[in-house]
Amino acid sequence: MEGLLRAFLLGGVICAVGQLLMDLTPFNITPGHILVGYVTVGAILSAVGLYEYLIDWGGAGATVPLSGFGHSLAQGAIAGAKKNGVLGALGGGLEATSVGIAAAVVFGLLVATFFKPKG
Amino acid sequence: MADKKVGKQTLQFACAPAITSWASIVGPMEGQGPLKEYFDMVLEDNLAPGEQSWEKTEQKLMQHSMELALEKVKILPGDLDFYFAGDLLNQIITANFTARFLSIPFIGLYGACSTLAEGLCMGSIFLDGGFAEKVGVSASSHHDTAERQLRFPTEQGSQRPLTAQWTVTGAGSYVLQKTGTGIVITHATIGKIQDLGESNANNMGTAMAPAACDTIITHLQDLGRKIHDYDLIITGDLGEVGLAVLKELLGSKGYATDRVSDCGVLIYEPQQDVHSGGSGCGCSAVVLNYLLDEMLYKKKYYRIFFVGTGALLSPTSSFQGESIPGIAHGVVLEYR
Amino acid sequence: MFDEFAAIKKRIKQREKVLKAWADMKPNDKTRIQQDMQKDHQSVLLKEAQVTGDERQQIFSLRREIEEQEQRFQQADGIAFQKRVKKLAPKPNIVKNTILAFLVGGAICMLGQIIYDLFANSGLTEKNASAATAAALVFGGAFLTGLGVYDVLGKFAGAGSIVPITGFANSVAASALEFKREGFIYGVGARLFTVAGPVIVYGTVVSIFIGLIYYLVR
Repeated sequence: MEGLLRAFLLGGVICAVGQLLMDLTPFNITPGHILVGYVTVGAILSAVGLYEYLIDWGGAGATVPLSGFGHSLAQGAIAGAKKNGVLGALGGGLEATSVGIAAAVVFGLLVATFFKPKG
Repeated sequence: MADKKVGKQTLQFACAPAITSWASIVGPMEGQGPLKEYFDMVLEDNLAPGEQSWEKTEQKLMQHSMELALEKVKILPGDLDFYFAGDLLNQIITANFTARFLSIPFIGLYGACSTLAEGLCMGSIFLDGGFAEKVGVSASSHHDTAERQLRFPTEQGSQRPLTAQWTVTGAGSYVLQKTGTGIVITHATIGKIQDLGESNANNMGTAMAPAACDTIITHLQDLGRKIHDYDLIITGDLGEVGLAVLKELLGSKGYATDRVSDCGVLIYEPQQDVHSGGSGCGCSAVVLNYLLDEMLYKKKYYRIFFVGTGALLSPTSSFQGESIPGIAHGVVLEYR
Repeated sequence: MFDEFAAIKKRIKQREKVLKAWADMKPNDKTRIQQDMQKDHQSVLLKEAQVTGDERQQIFSLRREIEEQEQRFQQADGIAFQKRVKKLAPKPNIVKNTILAFLVGGAICMLGQIIYDLFANSGLTEKNASAATAAALVFGGAFLTGLGVYDVLGKFAGAGSIVPITGFANSVAASALEFKREGFIYGVGARLFTVAGPVIVYGTVVSIFIGLIYYLVR
């Protein structure tokens, strides 16, 4: 139960930061900017070893936001580099996130096939 | 010597072309707005019955509105000498396909949301010049076709800022004749592009307001008139935010603003949650229907200055960092 | 010809001094200055068109100077305008928006935790349970997009529904769904990656950098 509460709190804070970025900065920030930004920042935080702490404390609160996707990419690349050197560094990130990407492609295609846009 | 031009940018029509018929069709959102009684037809869905796409729906809206306007004066498309039409979509496809169906000589217009005013100007010039006896003018927009072309897919969960406007689903068509009584077009003022650096596609009212201000002031100066020579000065689709900017600009130059209003503010109820108001070619095209009804049947206004405002937004130039150029064309409508 | 260019350069310098007072200038004076610029611009352009090689290069740099000045004059109007109208734009309710983003984002993450716990308790390894959770949330986000619910959620939740992986799924599915009418190759197939594309591109590139750095410093 405490795990759930922590996931809620951490996830909420991470999302609230995104909202503040959209509302307080003068730039016209779109969902595309937010998503790319979170993945990149998540990967960098993960590489310097900070994101691990967030996951230890908040679980899904840190893995579900897109920064968690960046964390998986970074950790995958590091693990790959450990195992296979340069080739591992190239492919490790995508390998670790392949399930998520494949799911997005397949479910996106299925939704497009079976639904109609409502406007 | 340009003997029909007054001042810098204003045209004076010798024959005062008459608007003899008009019609409008709108989408479900507009059909719940305060002007619903004035529209000829309200769609129940944002797809027209039997149509597979929003673009095809928009095309039918424009075509049917023209056909309704023609039917009201019992003439056929072939009786029109020329057809002036435009919309927001790339290559103005709505107008092109409508003209294909109507099969009459066609001049396609792009003036973004100022298209209807632009069409009324052009039509009047053709009539006054003696090049035509009857012309048709249409403009349309559709919320979903515009959103997905200019902003995001409609199903994407993005938050619209408070300055954003809601593209109107609707089409309005007008039949202009060289001679006639009722509502006539006495003057037109062709606007200059004004671009004061607004680059936010979700704040188009602010981008257009300087153009509207410039056209209104130039018009008044050209004719030596005052704001109160008009019962109403109505802009196309500045929305709440743009109208506030326009009033601020006019006020700072010493003009009264109590008779200045905006079609985008009139078309929706505040509780419809559209933020700053309506926009799109269809906005002024359908609201002008209401204004003409008020003039002709209720004698509420005798002389109005209708200023179509357009934000000439292109996603390509926006992505390249360009700001949004604005334009405004005005026509003087009189009840005689 | 040289004298002529020197005169133009002098005029450019003189005009530059006027720029500061531009906002308060009378419309007629503004028009006169703009016409002066246009006159210089056109005459230089004609010269540029008539010559080639090095000579053209020289004239080009002069034309460039005039064009840049024209742009500065155009922007001078804009800056004053932007300052004036800024206060007229309605401000977003930041407190309300942030709270909503916190609540919805938190709820989605909590749901993720519940799903994760279910997978983990059913015997999956930590890694596989994570991947399965991501897949399940992607499915949920895509499905709600198809039902036309996710955009309604996004309207009030803002970043709360964009930042979680369900928001990623929404972006993917919304683009694909919306362009269905343009066919399955150039419509759905291509548009699937409108938003997913940049995310995967930059995510992958950053991860490769990280992997390489790790490999090199190890």
